[in-house]
Amino acid sequence: ATGGYPKRVKVVEVGPRDGLQNEKNVVPTPVKINLINMLSETGLQVIEATSFVSPKWVPQMADHTEVMQGINKLPGISYPVLTPNLKGFQAAVAAGAKEVSIFGAASELFTKKNINCSIEESLERFEEVMKAAREASIPVRGYVSCVLGCPYEGKISAAKVAEVSKKMYSMGCYEISLGDTIGVGTPGSMKEMLAVVMKEVPVGALAVHCHDTYGQALANILVALQMGVSVVDASVAGLGGCPYAQGASGNVATEDLVYMLNGLGIHTGVDLQKLMDTGTFICNALNRRTNSKVSQASCRL
Amino acid sequence: MGTVPSALKHCLSYQHLLKEQLWIAEPPAAAHPAQEPQASGLPEYIKIVEVGPRDGLQNEKVIVPTDIKIELINQLSKTGLPAIEVTSFVSSKWVPQMADHKEVMRGIERHPGVQYPVLTPNLQGFHSAIAAGATEVSVFGAASESFCKMNINCSIEESIEKFEEVTKSARNMNIPVRGYVSCALGCPYEGNVIPDKVAEVSKRLYSMGCYEISLGDTIGVGTPGSMKKMLEAVMKEIPLSALAVHCHDTYGQALANILTAIQMGVAVVDSSVAGLGGCPYAKGATGNVATEDVIYMLNGLGINTGVNLYAVMEAGNFICKSLNKETNSKVAQASFSTGAI
Repeated sequence: ATGGYPKRVKVVEVGPRDGLQNEKNVVPTPVKINLINMLSETGLQVIEATSFVSPKWVPQMADHTEVMQGINKLPGISYPVLTPNLKGFQAAVAAGAKEVSIFGAASELFTKKNINCSIEESLERFEEVMKAAREASIPVRGYVSCVLGCPYEGKISAAKVAEVSKKMYSMGCYEISLGDTIGVGTPGSMKEMLAVVMKEVPVGALAVHCHDTYGQALANILVALQMGVSVVDASVAGLGGCPYAQGASGNVATEDLVYMLNGLGIHTGVDLQKLMDTGTFICNALNRRTNSKVSQASCRL
Repeated sequence: MGTVPSALKHCLSYQHLLKEQLWIAEPPAAAHPAQEPQASGLPEYIKIVEVGPRDGLQNEKVIVPTDIKIELINQLSKTGLPAIEVTSFVSSKWVPQMADHKEVMRGIERHPGVQYPVLTPNLQGFHSAIAAGATEVSVFGAASESFCKMNINCSIEESIEKFEEVTKSARNMNIPVRGYVSCALGCPYEGNVIPDKVAEVSKRLYSMGCYEISLGDTIGVGTPGSMKKMLEAVMKEIPLSALAVHCHDTYGQALANILTAIQMGVAVVDSSVAGLGGCPYAKGATGNVATEDVIYMLNGLGINTGVNLYAVMEAGNFICKSLNKETNSKVAQASFSTGAI
């Protein structure tokens, strides 16, 4: 029903990983560490720190071990890292990671192009990670890409999203983050997709990860909140472009999300000013303008 | 998300992607303003009021030649937009961009079924507009005394008296008048604006004969929370079918605010092609919400607008090239960047 919103929303900050990963300029390790440390002071409870993936594929994340070991880990804050396979998982744990994430997709073609196997095969690979994580008591977050559209397949069926989400949840992921990878979703497709997924996965275990490539992110997030979702991913300063549309934007900006949640009276625990200062820092370091409209507007007359 | 090394080369072109997606496809023919709610509770049809040529250009630094303005409006006339705000009959001393109001009004093609309202701040402007061929006019009130004083150097009450002169003359000539209420969700001088004040000013404008009241979030500070509260107050005084929202995207909230409004039954939305028009109160910040982005969202919700998104993107591309600036529409950015359109 419209009008009913969660009282609290957990904001998952993906700037240092998803954001930086899609930025052209490689960021020096000390800058990454400072970014994460600054984010740790804003009240954010979850900050995705890095990705334990081969530097051959993602040069930006080559310093994953140094970053993991270099950041201040504040009590009460979770610093999940991406682990695409068992090897990455083991390296992550050795470097001190206490939470990991795995990435599935609702599109066969996307999975094939990305990691050269089928969805089924990718889930089998993740089973190894899940097993090791279970033994080490490490929580695992599952991502599902392409939930509202795929750059290769186009339209994605909500049933497929529900199927992949259910598998990952059954495997042991404590939370499933549903990603509108190319930002083509609208409140219409978001509502339809969530209605189907919520039949298979409890809403308390769902998160949305919206890209703002078509300017729809906040409207899509609003609908998700109306349906009971209370975990939202975002990236400080809207870091991270879209690899599928040159020059277009990607992640929704954390500042703009928090501004909206504040306006709705929804508690996030995040200090918007400190967040904006952090965004200013990383944009200066990257020598780029912010993608956050709240940040842009606040340099006023 | 995930590892994406060389995916870009293998992608479907965006044009292909857009044409495949039902929510981008051409809208169904013969848009009729049916106001009954869909099963989803949303209006079936939403009227888009295109304010780019007036509100948009007025807030652009570069003065646009008259023939470019005319060409922009002519292109917009072919997109299916039902209303296009053409110009403002205001003193050129105050708004140099609108100095060519007569030439623009006389120079544009008038397509049947399309309204071409113009701003008329006072009786003098109204007469001038009628002489130039205008068949619909707009007046601008505000929900903030300070804003009114700073803008037109009088109180809200005094401004209402001026507008009454206009609406009286307009009634005599059967000219419809649209009323705007600025600062509906916040004021650059007063900060917070009380919803009841917005309702009061809206009611005055409606009672004097304005057929529609466009509620403007002038500095874009509103959120779905404040939008809802404000609309609840206004809807006690004005019938839903006479309400429009005019959201600025200065804080990125426009589409979320518009969604909230349409969930409450509002079925008229103002927007500006390519998101033309910055914010005079926040240097470098954006202003109007982009028509392309609004239509993309409404298409995705299955709401009919009668507007061809591609045609609007093309008009947006034209005016941005003429202004030598980048579009503020994310849909246009995403679509043009791959050279797909």
